[in-house]
Order: sequence, then C-alpha cells, then structure tokens
Amino acid sequence: MFDSPADVTERLAAVDYLSDDAISTSVFLAAALGKPLLVEGPAGVGKTQLAKAVALATRAELIRLQCYEGLDEARALYEWNYKKQLLRIQATSDDDDIFSEEFLLERPLLKAIRSDDPTVLLIDETDKADVEVEGLLLELLSDFQVTIPELGTIAATRRPYVVLTSNATRELSEALKRRCLYLHIEYPTPERERDIVLSQVPTIRADLAEQLARTVATLRALELKKAPSVAETVDWANTLLALGRDELDEATVAGTLGVVLKHASDHERAVKELGLPDA
Amino acid sequence: MPDSLVDRHVGFVHALRAAGVPVSVAEGLDAAHALRVIELADRESLRAAYAATLVKKPAYRPGFDVLFDLWFPAATTGMYAERQEKAINPQEATVEELRDHLASLLTGGIDQEMREFAQSMVERFGRQAAGPGRQGWFSYSVMRALSPETLMARILRNVLAGQERGGLAEKTVRQQVNAGVRRFEEAVATDVRRRIAEDSGIERIARSAVRPPLDQIDFLRVTKADLARLRREVYPLARRLAARLTIKHRKGRRGRLDFRRTMRASLQSGGVPLTTHFRPPRPHKPELVILCDTSDSVSSFAHFTLLLTYALREQFTKVRAFGFVDTVDEITRFFVPGADVVEAMTRLANEADMVRFGRTNYGHSLERFAERYGDAIGPKTSLLILGDARSNYQPPALDVLKSLVSRSRHAYWLNPEPRRQWDTGDSVAGDYSTVVPMYECRNVAQLTAFIETLA
Repeated sequence: MFDSPADVTERLAAVDYLSDDAISTSVFLAAALGKPLLVEGPAGVGKTQLAKAVALATRAELIRLQCYEGLDEARALYEWNYKKQLLRIQATSDDDDIFSEEFLLERPLLKAIRSDDPTVLLIDETDKADVEVEGLLLELLSDFQVTIPELGTIAATRRPYVVLTSNATRELSEALKRRCLYLHIEYPTPERERDIVLSQVPTIRADLAEQLARTVATLRALELKKAPSVAETVDWANTLLALGRDELDEATVAGTLGVVLKHASDHERAVKELGLPDA
Repeated sequence: MPDSLVDRHVGFVHALRAAGVPVSVAEGLDAAHALRVIELADRESLRAAYAATLVKKPAYRPGFDVLFDLWFPAATTGMYAERQEKAINPQEATVEELRDHLASLLTGGIDQEMREFAQSMVERFGRQAAGPGRQGWFSYSVMRALSPETLMARILRNVLAGQERGGLAEKTVRQQVNAGVRRFEEAVATDVRRRIAEDSGIERIARSAVRPPLDQIDFLRVTKADLARLRREVYPLARRLAARLTIKHRKGRRGRLDFRRTMRASLQSGGVPLTTHFRPPRPHKPELVILCDTSDSVSSFAHFTLLLTYALREQFTKVRAFGFVDTVDEITRFFVPGADVVEAMTRLANEADMVRFGRTNYGHSLERFAERYGDAIGPKTSLLILGDARSNYQPPALDVLKSLVSRSRHAYWLNPEPRRQWDTGDSVAGDYSTVVPMYECRNVAQLTAFIETLA
C-alpha cells in the first residue's frame, strides 16, 4: 500500500491529514506487516480521522463498525435472516438447507473479510464494547478469518487494513493489544497544531493560527477536567472567522472560551489563571 | 559498534522487560520484522517502529524513551556528523553568547537544533570531578552554567516588546518558554546518560535511569511535579473505574423476567420466545464515610484518594468526608460538584478546623468523631479510614473505633506505608488492624484495585 513512512506522510497530506513521524511509521508498518493498528489517545485528536484519511489516500472502501455497549455478534459479524428462513420452511415441504449463503445477513466485519476490493476496516471506540466483543475480534485480527458454525471458516480473500480506536475508558485486553500495533496520539505540538488549523481552515491568517495554537497549548497546561481537543481548536478558528476577529486578545478569548472549554469549572479556572476579563 | 543488530535488539528487549514493560516473545518478533521494512538510518522512525510494536500502554512510554536513547544513541562521542555552518561556536563562545543562543532556541527552535545544542553544552560543561581521581558527567553543572530558567525575564522583554504585562500574551510566552526549558533539560539529561553509558556500560545506567510508571509511584515519596501529574489522572482514572464498575454491576445477578420485552422479541421468531429478556437488577450503591489523616506526612495520599472518591461520586449514594490531624472536622463542603480541584485543596488546608496542637493524634480524633459525627455512620455505611496509624505515642482509643466499626456495614483502613514498616516506631497499625481490616495502599495501582472491590 505504501512505500515508506515518508510516502505515508505525503499521501496523507494530500488528503489534508497532517501526520508526524510516529503516525506515519505506525501506519506504514501496519500495512507492511499486515497487522491491525490500535490507535489510542484523548478525545478529538483525530483517531477516527486517521482511518478515514488512510482509506481516502489508498482509494480503499471504508467499512466502519461503531462499538457501543451491548454490541453483539449479530450486529458486528453476521446474522441469519430468521424471517426468510421461517417463510422458506413454511412455503416448501422438502427439507431445504436453510443455513446457506442466501439467508446470511452480512455485517461490517464479515463484509470487510469477504470484500475483493481494498478495504479499510475501522472499528471505532473499541473500549465502549463489552469484553466478549474483544474475544470475537481475536480470531479476526490474528488470522483474518471468521468461523460461522453452520458454514465453516471464511478466510479473507484480501486482507483489509484494520484500524481500531479507543479512548481508553477501559483497558483493552492484553490478548487484543498483543495482536495489534499500538499508536498513541497525543495533543500535537503548537507548530503542528498551527499547520492543522491552516489546512482545515485555509482562509485564516497564519499569525492568527499561530496565536490560536499557542493559546490552546497554554490552556492544556492548566489542570482542566477536559483539555481542548484539536477538533475544538479548529472550531475556535472557524468561530473567530465567523465573528470577523483578526486578533486574539483577552476580550475575544473571554468571549469565545465556550468553544473550547465545556465545563463551568474549567471556564472559571481559565479566566482566573489567564487573567481574562469576566465575560 | 561491536555487536550485531540482533544482539542489540535482544539486549534492548531484555532491558525493557527489566524495567517492567511486559514485552511478549511475539511482540519482540514483530519488532524484528518491523526492522526489516523500515529505514534503519532514520532514528525517529526506528523509535516509532519499536514503540508501535513493543509499548502498548502510554504509562510505559517515558521509560521506553530513556532506554531507546541509551541503546540507540543519537551520536557517539567523536563521531559526529558533519556540522552545518553555525551562527555560534559552542566550544569557544562566552557564556553570555550561549545564553542568548539558548534564549532564541527556547522561543522558536526546532528539536534537532535543541538536541545538538544540548549535546555540545554537555561536552563543554558536563564533565565534573566525582570523588578523588574520577570524573563523571552531570546535568546539574550544565544547568548551573546556563541557568535557563533565569532567561525568562529577558525573553519576555524581547517578545512582548512593550505590550502590557500580565496578560494573555505573557502567559502564552511563559508556557512556551517553560516547555522549551523542559525539553532542553531532557535533552541534556539524555546526552548525559548516553555519555555515562559509554564510560561504564549501558546495563549499569539503564537500571537507575528508568523511573517507575505513574501508577507505581509511592504516595509517600511523590514529588510536587508527580502530584500535579497524578491530579491530571484523577478524572480519566475515575471514568475508567466508573465504566468498569457499571459493567460489573450489569454483569452481576440478573433481575426478574421482563415479560413484555420477551414477548415482543418472540414475534421475530414466529411467537417462539427464543431469547429471554430480564429487568436490570437494582444497583447497589453504598454510602461512604471517609475519615482521613490530613497531616503533612500523608497529605498527598489523602488528597489523591479524596479526589478520586469524589470524582467517583456517582458510584455512591452519598459521600461524606472528615479530615483530622488531632481533632476532626467535616470537609465535605469543599467538594461541591464542579468545584475546582486545586482550589478545594487549598481552601481545605486553610479553612477546615482539624488542628489543635498540630501533632497527629488518632485516639483523640476518633473520640471527637464519635462524639460529634457519630450519627454519620449507619447500617448502610462503608467507613473508610485513610492514614499511616502513627499517633505520636498517644492512646489509640481502640474501643471507640470498635464501636464505630460495629455500627457500619463495612469498614476498611488504607495505609500508605509499606507493610514492613507497620508497627515500627510510633505506628499502631497492628492494633488497629485487629479491629479494621487494613490494606497497604502505596500507589495508584493498589488504590484502584481497592476501590474496585469497594463499590
């Protein structure tokens, strides 16, 4: 898929995703070694975006499995079409095999395995799913095959590029982590964040973006309940543009702080520590 | 380099394991595979490759970086790459010029320049006599010669250039410079470690250089910087714990059969109730009373535990907290929802009435607690006592504690001291532990394990 980490950087940049050394190398290795990539990090640093960018850069189809509590095999892997099976039994008298391909409902994981075209399989917020789902993923992620009791084992015709994301609300199992390459994305450095803002909001002035990135870095250094994410920085840039401000002074920051800080106590703390006027 | 790449790889993996990073054989092989496909000459991509294959938890990352810098050093003494044209000659310039150069790096330097500068500074200032006839490398002599933290005033003057002081602009610059100083310190420390490793072997330095991960740091030996990092961890940790607890609750005993939902679901399978649905069980939420020693010796432990329990408030019906040194006061009021963490702690120290003479007295505090707040404890209450049970040889008031414990549903004592120090000196841990089960709770890992059993 990729020739080298530098190639990754270049092609991701072409689809407006600015990566760094660690991201590019991990993405490259995941493709070169044919292993799933587990991406962790605080909310809003672009974990899901990374998978989308990889799909876009390699012209692969993106198949997404959103994890949530109570996600089970029937929603993640496959399901038998009960209604159709019942109708078939009632309509015909001969004992047809009702566990065959035509009664199988394909869910994201099975779809990714059986696809002939290049695919990127995104398993989003893996930590939200129950522990059993991890067990389900193990076979898929190590051998790229799934076993359906009635049909047998289905191996991948073409290995999908798998990206798992997690917010680390719970520790994923060792077995799952062992099968994956691991990438921890932290908040970007101010320089990189400035470039991200510039690429996402091209109409903003460079020095304003710089100021914005530095201010956000200052906010993150405070002890906050929820530090501002990259997505929120971009929102902030858009807000400033919409308001027609071209300078980030105290009054502007105080007036628009709600875009980046979403807790009342964080708000108070920032106002106090940065010496902002009361909004 | 005398040894082969394989030897170095194996040595590195062994060092990681020795430093407490669990690296499986399969992961080691993955890393070896990765070495074959990446450009080995590119050090950052080598680092990223190792990190991606071997380090699967952010807590292990700092230790990994230290070891990586030792096993795969950026430069070897005497074998520097050809230097580019430099604005300044680091070996001959005056200290003042060097400080000017550092100031410019702190505000707008790229990492590479910073590292090279740090290396040349270690070469110039880092060699010091370490005992008679021996010489060693030290970071402090570099820091003392350049004293980067005193550059702040000058940088502020230059950058702000007449703007108003004390405002947002100044805060931003300060943050930027502080981050730069930290990077410089780290670069210096890395180079010092590398030079020591060259003099006396990697294994020697590796053992002492890696600090334990954050959740293994001893509460009683925590530094101020660590405490700030711990406080940052409170909310993520509480979220993780809460998620695990809700899952555990849901997984537990099933409730009564939900007839309506079962029938509704059976329509999908032609009226046959293939899957049964149950009502969720009624959650068990204990009331929590925390009685904590807030004297200086154990305050960092008490603070962290209080913060964590308050962040977990939803897991308990009611939380009441009491603090004592030699008398007791209720401190629940400082932890209103949404209150600022740091502020709550300072207000707690200033306003709460917990001190009579200033020497910890468990006996008197327990008596006062039973007298003034005895009704806080009822049959639904879990009583949690935090402290080192060092009572300055005062009577321990075991009877009072016994009656408190018998009135509560559960009682636990968390002691931040290592178990082998219990009952030494003025500690009466042994006596108290006959009345209340006492747990050793020295670090975040032990604390989370305990809280999981509690809720």
